[in-house]
Amino acid sequence: MSHLLEIKDLQVTFGGLDALSGLNFHVDEGEIVSVIGPNGAGKTTFFNTITGLVEPTGGDILFQGDSVLGLEPNEITSLGIARTFQNVRLFPNMTILENVMVAQHCRTSQNVFGALFQTKAFKKEEEEIRQRGEEILSFFGSRLVGYRLDQAAFMLSYANRRRLEIARAMATQPRLMLLDEPVAGMNPSETAELTELIGRLRSEWGFTIVIIEHDMAVVKNVSDRVVVLDHGVPIASGSFEEVSTDPDVIEAYLGRPVESHS
Amino acid sequence: MTTLPSTLLLDWKRIFKWGPICAAALLFVSLVGMPIKLDPKSIISPLLSLGYVSLFWLPLIFGYIASSRVVLEGVETSKPGLSDLLTGVLTGAIGGAGLTLLMLGIENFDIRDPLINWSPQLLEVLAFGARDLNSAVWIGIGGALGLVGAALNVIPESLRRVVSYGSFTVLAVAIFEPALDDMSEGFRLEWLIELIFQKRGGLKLWPAIILASLIGLISVISKGKVKKAVAQYREQEGSQKKQTSYVLFGIVAVLGIVLPIFMGTYVNSLLANVGIFLLLALGLNIVVGLAGILDLGYVAFFAVGAYTTAVFTSELSPFFAPGMTWALSLVFVVILAALTGLIIGAPVIRMRGDYLAIVTLGFGEIIRLLFLSDFLKPYFGGAQGILGIPGIDLGFVYISGTDTRGIFYLVLFFCALAVYVSWRLQASRLGRSWMAIREDEQVAEAMGINTVNSKLMAFVVGAVLASFAGAIMAARVGSVFPNSFMILISIVILVVVIVGGMGSIPGVFVGAFVLIGILGGPKQPGLLQEFGSLKLLVYGMLLVYMMLQRPEGLVPSARRTQELHQEEFLQDSWLKGTDAEDEEQPVEGEEAQI
Repeated sequence: MSHLLEIKDLQVTFGGLDALSGLNFHVDEGEIVSVIGPNGAGKTTFFNTITGLVEPTGGDILFQGDSVLGLEPNEITSLGIARTFQNVRLFPNMTILENVMVAQHCRTSQNVFGALFQTKAFKKEEEEIRQRGEEILSFFGSRLVGYRLDQAAFMLSYANRRRLEIARAMATQPRLMLLDEPVAGMNPSETAELTELIGRLRSEWGFTIVIIEHDMAVVKNVSDRVVVLDHGVPIASGSFEEVSTDPDVIEAYLGRPVESHS
Repeated sequence: MTTLPSTLLLDWKRIFKWGPICAAALLFVSLVGMPIKLDPKSIISPLLSLGYVSLFWLPLIFGYIASSRVVLEGVETSKPGLSDLLTGVLTGAIGGAGLTLLMLGIENFDIRDPLINWSPQLLEVLAFGARDLNSAVWIGIGGALGLVGAALNVIPESLRRVVSYGSFTVLAVAIFEPALDDMSEGFRLEWLIELIFQKRGGLKLWPAIILASLIGLISVISKGKVKKAVAQYREQEGSQKKQTSYVLFGIVAVLGIVLPIFMGTYVNSLLANVGIFLLLALGLNIVVGLAGILDLGYVAFFAVGAYTTAVFTSELSPFFAPGMTWALSLVFVVILAALTGLIIGAPVIRMRGDYLAIVTLGFGEIIRLLFLSDFLKPYFGGAQGILGIPGIDLGFVYISGTDTRGIFYLVLFFCALAVYVSWRLQASRLGRSWMAIREDEQVAEAMGINTVNSKLMAFVVGAVLASFAGAIMAARVGSVFPNSFMILISIVILVVVIVGGMGSIPGVFVGAFVLIGILGGPKQPGLLQEFGSLKLLVYGMLLVYMMLQRPEGLVPSARRTQELHQEEFLQDSWLKGTDAEDEEQPVEGEEAQI
């Protein structure tokens, strides 16, 4: 069986710096895989490369068996890969509902003429977009619905912005979802809530998820498999227990013990 | 707490800050020649002309500014009183002294070479026509006006309303005199016009006073009601708001259709001018206001529309003259404009921000230069342009270029079309993608929006609307020349959009009426014909003022207001406690790891 996402020997170079080198990676349908690693390990670059924001210098990325290299970011999204951003990047002056509606762009098709002549198909599609948007937002409980639907996104609290970003990614109707530090900056109770939601994203919505996270409690709770990156190279992979006791991983995070230096 | 005798506590710092600024402003206005050029336009005949208004309002405003106090919440401010009045007087007097010095200067030195308006003519205006007026009188005038300005701070609110509304009305009525005069014939109200206006122009004194007090009275009675109604309208939801919008729209539509019947040639042609620019501005509003593409070469599409109409309808077109009717040629106008939009858009769209603005600026000029060039002269007539464009034959009715009322109706129809297009597109898949691109292009792309296509669509829709304006203009004037499509038009349209309120359709209407209707377009006279060469200066000043004080425009869209005042909205929502149940602290200093 082929993997949902398969990355072969991926190489990304910025100037003389190897952000990623020789990275092999795969995700199967229905998995939740965590990517961890110290700052600057190349995790976000990894996401940017998959979603087409960064062009790799070598290697190949296969999604559902086909290469996505050279595709525009929007084409990759319409193939079924959605992402969130580490430094929340919503459309701040659009309303919450509009943020989710606009993300359905690649799943809808009405053009100028439909809008100008208000065709039946146009009205039907608009209604569907709206309903799906509200349905997705209600996944987060009462936090993003009700009077908030028509509020501008910048008025949301920090945690709600993160939730809305996930909602926006859900609205593109992906098969694979890339979450870049989804709980960064949240307090413990919010973190716990979101951890549970990530589990439900898979069980209820059927998304396959790759997640970058620094919070080890989250990583431990959600992931089937953990991949550790350091300096653009995968240094370990396996279940959380295996990885957390791996000497290479400990070294990458904490540094080399003094006695083993020379 | 002991209070010091407030009469002696003058804020000298403020006086010496605002006084000289006032003097400088007065000198500038005088040396630019406003008093001379605007003197022929009288407001209250024979007492006051617009030329003097251009001088008088400055000490008044500066007196008001210098004497107004900063009111801080929770800090007690002493009651406004004598010291404030004195501050105003002194500020105004310092300002007036500037003009005194100017008069002395003109009398004794001659530096007309660099300063054209350093002339006896200016001196005569400044001396109120009297030959041997003591120039020190301006110190007194300045002081008096400063006093009036300061008094506006001291008098109770309702009185202030009466004064300001009253004087603004008088000013407005005087400015609208030519239009009122023109309309009076249709309404059989010549007697009223004769009653309030002098024959040579300007209000008569007593009607002016009666008018001012009447409006002042109304303003007190209706105090706050307008604001309340607007707020009520804004707060309405869903179907109710829709209903009110339809009613409002209906009223505007009926007025637009019925009024021209009563209006004469002057007002109709003025409104047709406004309409053509409004149409252009509505198109640009889609490109700039919705999609956020700063297009400085918008005039290119206007030119393409006009030239296409010329080539297809005129018998005198040098190369290819099918002599079609206007309505038929419109089909080609749309096609060619859309094509031009695609051709110009394709290379431009990959750029962002400032670069895009510069490149579009270049394309705007390139199109004009192409029409002007010897290379294309056999096709488009070069500098001689194309003449002999017939009127507009719509099959059931024929509108000649000089039929101002017909042209106005046509312009009105296309403006309505443009409003409909903007309104419908705004609430569609495409409109949302434009908004997303305006907010964050990279993220929009990552969320599955084909940004190149979306932006091209914005370009094309804008181009088609502009080409309609070009087609009407060509038929109206009867000829097209490359030099009717100067870069200035692009800029004026942009100013209309910015001053009116970017992204706001009512805003664009107001912007077009104020700028094109009152001040006049690049070559079209407005109500204030006297402005002439000063027009661009006033445009510039207005633009600077708007950017500093009201960047969201005269009638802003709700979204844009929110965008420019995020902090205030956040504060409001915090005060209302709408986000309180979450009890989350925002985390700052999140660093990007990309």
